[in-house]
Parts: sequence; C-alpha cells; structure tokens
Amino acid sequence: MDILKVDDLKVYYKTLRGSVKAIDGVTFTIRKGEVLGIAGESGCGKSTLVNFFVLPKEPMYHAGGSVILEDKDITKLSKDELRKIRYEKISIIPQYSMDALSPTKKIRVIIRDIMREHGRHVDYRLVEERLEMVNLSKRVLDMYPVELSGGMRQRATMVVSTLLNPKILIADEITSALDVSTQKFVIEMLMGFMEKKIVDSMVFITHDLSILYQIATRVMILYAGKVVEIGPMEEVIKRPVHPYTKALLYSLPEMNVRFKEKRLEGIPGHPPHLLNPPRGCRFHDRCPIAKNRCEEEEPPMIKVGEDHYVYCWEVKA
Amino acid sequence: MIKIENLTKIYSTGVVGRGGIVAVDDVSFEIKTGEIVSLVGESGSGKTTIGKLILRLIKPTKGKIYFAGREISRYKPLEYYRNVQGVFQDPFSSFNPIYKVDRIFENVNRYLLNLPKSEFWGKVEESLKSVGLNPRDVLGKYPHQMSGGQLQRTLIARALVIGAKFLVADEIISMLDASTRVDVLNILGDLRDSMGLSILFVTHDLSLGYYISDTTVIMYRGSIVEMGDTEKVFKNPVHPYTKMLLESVPTLDRKWKPSEEIFKVEGDVTSFKGGCKYYSRCPFRKDVCREFDGKLSEVEENHWAACILFGGD
Repeated sequence: MDILKVDDLKVYYKTLRGSVKAIDGVTFTIRKGEVLGIAGESGCGKSTLVNFFVLPKEPMYHAGGSVILEDKDITKLSKDELRKIRYEKISIIPQYSMDALSPTKKIRVIIRDIMREHGRHVDYRLVEERLEMVNLSKRVLDMYPVELSGGMRQRATMVVSTLLNPKILIADEITSALDVSTQKFVIEMLMGFMEKKIVDSMVFITHDLSILYQIATRVMILYAGKVVEIGPMEEVIKRPVHPYTKALLYSLPEMNVRFKEKRLEGIPGHPPHLLNPPRGCRFHDRCPIAKNRCEEEEPPMIKVGEDHYVYCWEVKA
Repeated sequence: MIKIENLTKIYSTGVVGRGGIVAVDDVSFEIKTGEIVSLVGESGSGKTTIGKLILRLIKPTKGKIYFAGREISRYKPLEYYRNVQGVFQDPFSSFNPIYKVDRIFENVNRYLLNLPKSEFWGKVEESLKSVGLNPRDVLGKYPHQMSGGQLQRTLIARALVIGAKFLVADEIISMLDASTRVDVLNILGDLRDSMGLSILFVTHDLSLGYYISDTTVIMYRGSIVEMGDTEKVFKNPVHPYTKMLLESVPTLDRKWKPSEEIFKVEGDVTSFKGGCKYYSRCPFRKDVCREFDGKLSEVEENHWAACILFGGD
C-alpha cells in the first residue's frame, strides 16, 4: 500500500542566473512497512527531495508535479498546514543532526515546545522509554545540547523526530560522519523504531550503497535530479541494469578486491550542471553505451523485472 | 623509509596543562620504501596525530621518528619537506579560494625548488598528467571551478613536483564522491608501483585500506591492537576489536549480523590506567586482561596482535 505518492515532481532553486533544476520530474511511491533507500552522489538532488517534503523554503520552490499524502497534495498546503503534518505524518532526522537542536534550550524544553505546537502534553514516561531505546539516560532531558557529545545529540534528535509516531521517517545521511561500529549501532537503533511500529515506513538517504544493502527494501538511484533506476534492493545490487548503477557499483572498493589483483575504475567525467542540464539522458556524456538518441530525447521508463524499472534508451524490457 | 619508535603524544589540557590526553601511546612501526601502509582507526584513535607527528606539525612527547635512518627533527625544515609531504581530508580548505590553483605550484618553486620558470612548469604539467589530470583543466582555474577529486589529485601532483618520497595521505578520499574515489586510490597505487613512492594512508574506511595497502595497522585509543600484512590482518583477524570492525563494515555480499550487547565503557575513558584498553568493550574479556601490558606479539609471520587471549605467545 502506498503511503506517499510522488508524481513528476519538480523542485528548483531560484538563483540570480536562473533556476537550478535539482529535482526534475521524479515519480515514485513510498509503501507502508518498507525502507526505501535513496542513493546518489552529491548534487543528485536526494536531500533536496526530502527537504521539500518536510520544509520547502526559499530559494527552493515547487515547479511542478504532486506529492500525495493520504489523499492530500502537500505541495498545495499552506505553511501552517504543513506544520501540522511535520512530526505527525512525516518527520526527518536531518543531515548534521548533531547540530539540529537549538543550543539555548534544554532537551526537555525542545520536546515540550514541539508537543505544544501540535497541541499535546508531554508524556514523560514515553519520552524516557524512547530515550532508553537509543541508549540515552533520562538525565539528558535536563541538559543543553552542548553538554552532549555529537553522537548523543544525534540520538536525541532521533527521539525528538519520532515522538509523534510519524507515518514516514526520513533519515538523511545520518551515518556518513560516523565510525563503522557506531554506524551499525545507530542503524540498528533506527530499525528498532520500525520494529516497534513507531514509524510505518522509512526513507534512508545515503551515498553508500553497501549500507542500504543492509537495511533497505527497495532502492531508488538518482542522477542529476532524475531517477535512473528503482527496484528491490537485492535485485538492483545483484542485477543492476542502468549503465550508471553498474558503473557506480563497479567503482566501490569492497573488502573483496585489491588493487594488485583487480583494478576498479571510477566513472570518468562529472555530473552536469543543473542550471542548464543537458537534453536527453543526463548521463549520456559519461555513459559507455550512449547513442545519438540519448543526447536528444529523454529516456523512457522500462520495466526490467518484477517491480524493477530503469530509465534508459538502450535497455530492453 | 619511515621508522617510528615508541612514539607517544600527550596533549595537555586544563588550566596549567595538568590534565593530559594520551593521543598516541607508545607506538612503533615502519613504512618501507615503495610501500603503502594504511593506518586504520575510529575517531580519537590517534591516527591523524601520527600523521601530524610525521609531518612535524606537532612535537612528540616521547619517542622518535626516523626518515631514511636519521631522526626527523635533525633535518632542516626545507630539506625535510622536499622529501615528506602531506595531503589532507578537505581539499577545499587546502586551497586559498581567492587565488588561482597555480599559486600552490608557484609557492613550491619560490620556497623549495628555485627552478627556471619553463623547466618548472614543464615539471608541473608532467606531474599533473601522472595523476590523470589535463593541465588545461587545472592551471589558470580557481578552486571552486574544480571538483574535490581534481583538487585532491592536484595536491598529490604538488607533492610529486617537489619530488617527495614519502606522502602522508590523511583521509584524502572521505570527502570525495563514490564515482571518483577509486580513481584517487588507483593513483596512489600507480605512484607506488611506478616511482616507489611510500605512503601512509590514514583512513577510517577498512575497505579502502584493504584495496590499496600492503600493510595494515589498526589502532584503538592510541595504541596498535593489530598489524601486519594486509591480506593476513583482513583474512585472519585475531584481536576482538579488529574482528568487530570487520564485521561492522557494510558490504554488498553479506548482511550484518545483529550486534552483541553493547558493552558500555566503564568510568572515564581518558583516565583509564593499566590493562587492555579494549577491556570494557570486549565480549571475551577475562580478569587476566586487566593485567595485560598491551604489547604486540607475533601471531604468524608478518602479523602481530596485542591480545592476551588470542594473540601469539
């Protein structure tokens, strides 16, 4: 069942030189009970996409398409209406979440303010229970964010973000600054929120496909503001179809290859500038199998397997 | 090439420097000519401090570092930096954004080389080509016009222009995009093979270390817990910390096992005295570990570990 339906969404940034087309016609859904992974390199639009769901603010603007959450198009909602949805329906653990808490307020006050905003009282028993889930003691409630370490602040943010049992929880690059062992603990804590049905679905954003492989149900690969491939996690990793996905997977040093035995190659070239993105497929100038048509026309969506789609001219259904 | 002996660095803290954080605790290892050694550890393990000590950016509290058989503090600065250079994590802060990239090369010539202009720029172009860059994409550009990968490669080229024989590469990959990371790694490998460059590759990412390095040194809270031939350390890890690290690395061919109970660190981490440093987190801990002196012992040829339970004799 789809909780959130995104259809041909366009999110641009206003600049003096024109619009930067950060998200340019993206279609997908978030289903109940799944962890949807969104992967891509920096600048592909993955953070723009989810920040738009939670807090669309200048210079970001909606340039087309719809985002349907429970029969409501959230692109048409006013700021106040959006405020209601935040935390209750859709919530985010932002990138740099260790710096997401107001430094002048104690954690207790931060929590109280958010609850008040949503017209509720604080259930401290619940709060303590949640803190315990992320391995924090209730003492942190009476501390200021600066008194906590970066990791503790991040976990406190996890608790704050999920206090109202949102339908969808978005985690934006929350593990990229962490050590490998901490990374695993944080992800396990996060999955605890799903197991305990505190959140229904999760969107996990990262540039690291091997982390997604551990937890995601489906994965969506973005390139320069567009979807290139979307499908079941296992399937995409084991049988990638789009040339970009293939090249990306081939460029990852995994603990099974060594330079001396097998040389991996990166992808030559750079992603295009999104102020004037190229016509046709946005990957064409880096693509090893591109034909003339790829430079001229946008690639079609091709079904390549059960629930597995790619956007490419050179792929057969 | 570089030999480190009983190196200790204590950062003093507190009002009159009464407190002390032991960042590097009696560390000894060696980097041979034409060898890439990866120094792996989590944040706070002291890996960056070792890099800084080798680059003479800070002074050791105890212990010695030798370059080509001579203690590094006995070299004149210019002489030393003609041989030993560093590249760091954030390529954007390594450049001054208001100057063109050319300036980092100009400064090299002004202070270190003093070559005639045409000869010098010929050398620069050659070095840029050897790191896979087209000189036209680099010279005359401002840092913001280039990607992180290009800037990192430019900095490696700078070290080559100087003629450095030893490179400290501190997390140089971590800020780069997935599709260009491996290219920078390949360059390190190529330079080792073609000109015998020796590299200390500091990283928190084990898979990068496995891909590129000949020898791996694993650190935990300032001490080496395991080191040796990369293949041996990764395929036959002995220390519980190494094992835990390797199991935590996400890979595309296996799913994580659920973590064992989190062993909480007892007491104040910094004032921990005596015994194995990993004791409080180790699932296999025994009483004897409290008495352990943390010395490395040989597990097999070219493979050492510091564990009283699983290490060698």
